[in-house]
This record gives sequence, structure tokens and C-alpha cells, in this order.
Amino acid sequence: MNSTTSIVSILLAGILTNNMVLSKFLGICPFLGVSKKVNTAFSMSIAVTLVMVIATAVTWPIYTYLLMPNFTYLQTVVFILVIAAIVQLIEIVLKKFIKPIYNALGIYLPLITTNCAVLGITMLNITDGLNFGLSLVNALSAGLGFMLAMILFAGVRSKLDTADIPNFLKGLPITLIAAALVALSFLGFAGIGG
Amino acid sequence: MKSKNLSIFTNGIIKENPVLRLVLGTCPTLAVTTAAINGIGMGVAATIVLVCSNLVISLLRNFIPDKVRIPAFITVIAGFVSVVQMLVKAFAPSIDKSLGIFLPLIVVNCIILARAEMFASKNPVLPSVLDGLGMGIGFTATLTLMGAIREILGTGALTFTEEIFIRFIPESVPSMIIFLLPPGGFFVFGILVAVSNAIAKKQGKPVVEHLGCANCPSRAACKNAILDGDTPTTCENTVKVGGSNE
Repeated sequence: MNSTTSIVSILLAGILTNNMVLSKFLGICPFLGVSKKVNTAFSMSIAVTLVMVIATAVTWPIYTYLLMPNFTYLQTVVFILVIAAIVQLIEIVLKKFIKPIYNALGIYLPLITTNCAVLGITMLNITDGLNFGLSLVNALSAGLGFMLAMILFAGVRSKLDTADIPNFLKGLPITLIAAALVALSFLGFAGIGG
Repeated sequence: MKSKNLSIFTNGIIKENPVLRLVLGTCPTLAVTTAAINGIGMGVAATIVLVCSNLVISLLRNFIPDKVRIPAFITVIAGFVSVVQMLVKAFAPSIDKSLGIFLPLIVVNCIILARAEMFASKNPVLPSVLDGLGMGIGFTATLTLMGAIREILGTGALTFTEEIFIRFIPESVPSMIIFLLPPGGFFVFGILVAVSNAIAKKQGKPVVEHLGCANCPSRAACKNAILDGDTPTTCENTVKVGGSNE
């Protein structure tokens, strides 16, 4: 498989067939918690995508060049600390230099440290044995898939506000059942990426 | 004193069940519950980490500076996760295979960080350990229940090993594989929350309407965000569940 087709298939898999939220169950907390409005869902997914790509760019070299032969058991500890540090750093840099972006994304950044999507994607890149470039593509596609799921779901939820829902399903249950239906529709993409 | 400890222990199992009442740790709940045995494996692994991290954090609670407490907690939790990960790899490789990436991801399981932040960092050792144990058992029980429901509906039988299994639905009935797929996870979880809400309502307790901010480990960060910026916060429209741990 040459590199262009593998990039395309990773992008397709990350966005549609192996969508991070709807088929890998990573990042469910923000998916259910921050999807009330389309614009907040969009900002949150931008922040997640940004952190994912930067975290992959930092953790991949650390794993490959520092931990690789003898210290692979330190992966979990090192990755979570590196991600926590990166999130802090991004927050500081944005606050200092790019104020408008900080105002838009700032409140989501602290929530991302304990987001399993970010740690999950950095670990999946290692377990899948992707090289540096493809890891970055994979992180980007996972972020875009997260964004697609968030925005679609925020749209569905805004319809739920006006819907006539049976009393016992009101609140979280109907949100989860709506998520089930969105996930069901994503099953239809199975087989596209090969 | 004894009855107080007992109530701390039972608190996590029913009254503040971490999955159904506090709605924490949703990712592993949905992802690994394709079989009851996976639910047990995940639950036990998380319980060990929870008890150990609560123990250590409670011991260190007077030494960890308030400003760096979250990174300190995460480091302690990550250490224990690595230990559990290696133990599972060595002694239960099949569990390791079916849990996959969700085993190391226990480190970002909200339940553990939330209990460290809300309970262990404020309470002595014994109550903290009991709290961890209770919460862990509540987590394990819920995961096992959900795994059993999905497995029975999806395959027609509960399988423990290749030889030991209990068949509930006869083989002539086609199995509903959808329950093993992601939509089935969301659906079964939704129904379970609805049932738990209905029971809570009958007992006059508040209903879980949304992911609870009251129990979010990142709540402190959120509060700062409200002070810093003028953007609307993500922690809106939440219902306080329990929250009387002190």
C-alpha cells in the first residue's frame, strides 16, 4: 500500500468507519457533556483536535527514542504527564499570544487533560505501529471524526429539546438513546475504509 | 463510628453508584461491556487501582500542595495503573486482550480522580479505603450487569470460558448482534439509567438529568474558567446528586 492510499484510508477510518466516539467509545464525557449547543460542541472539538495532534507529535518521539527498548512499561505514566504538561503549555501560550483563540477555547482546555480520547489516540498510534507521519494523520482524522460526531449530535440534541419525550426517558436516558441512533447510522459506513 | 464506616462503604454501591448515579467512567462502561466477564475484569482492575490510590492519596493528603494536587493525584493513579496493567498482562492475558487500550485508560477514568479529589484528599485512611472499595464494587457490579444484558441479548448465552457457559436464548432464535455493537451499548446504558432514575424517583431522590458537574474532577478548573473569561461555562444545567461526603 503506498503512502497516499494509506493516508486516505486512515482519514476515512478515523472520521467515518472507526469513529472515535461512536465506535471506539473514547471521549464520551465531552460527547455527552458539551454537546448541548452546536457552537460549544464545535469549539470543544477544535480544542480536542489541536491537543491530539500536538500530543501525538510529542509522545511519539518520546516513546520511540526514549522508552522504546527498555522502558516501555513507563508508557502510561509518561504519556499522561506529558499530555497534562502540554495542555498547560498550550493554555499559557494561547493566553499570552493569541488572546481571541484563548477566549474561545480556553475553558475547554483543562477538561482535556483527563479526556481519554487524547491519551487513547496517542497509545493507539503506538499499538498500531504507525510511523510519525501517519500517527499525525491518525490523530488529525480522529479529531475530525470527533468533531463530526459532536456537531451531528449537538444538532440531534437541539431537536430533542422540543420533542415530546416519555417521562421516564427524560434527561440522560433519551440523550443516550439518541446517541445509540447516531451510532447506528455510523454503522452504515462500515466497509468503506477497507 | 462503625456504622459511619459501613455507610461510607455501601454509599458507592447503591446510593451513589458511580456509573448510574454519578455518571462517571462512561467510556469504559460502554466500551468493555460486550460480555459479562469483561465487565468483571475491568471492574476488578479499576477497583484495585481505586483502593490503592485512595490509600496513598489519603496518606499524602497533608503533604501535597493544593496547587499541584491534580498532577500529583494523576501520577499516583498512573503508577498503580501500570502495576495493574503488568499484573493482568502476566496472569490474565485473555482479559488483557479483550480490554485492550481501556486497561491503561483506567488512568483517566473520572471515577478514580473524582474520588481522590472529593474524598481521599479530605479524609483519613480507613474511610478512604472503604470509599474506594465501595465505589469499586458499585462500578464492577454495574459493568457486570450491563455486560450480562448485552451478552445475553447479543449472543444468547453467558460465556465464562470456552467450556463453561449458560444458554438463555435457544440457538434456533437468531441472536441480536446489534447489542454487541456500539449502538447497543448506548441503548442498554440509556435504559439502565432510565430504570435507576425511576427507582430514585420512587424513593424521592433527585433524578440524573445530565452528566453531573458536581462530581467532575475538572470542576475546579471550570470554576476558574468562569472567573477568567466571559464565555458561557460547560457546566450548565446539572443536577447535584449526593455530594454530602464530608
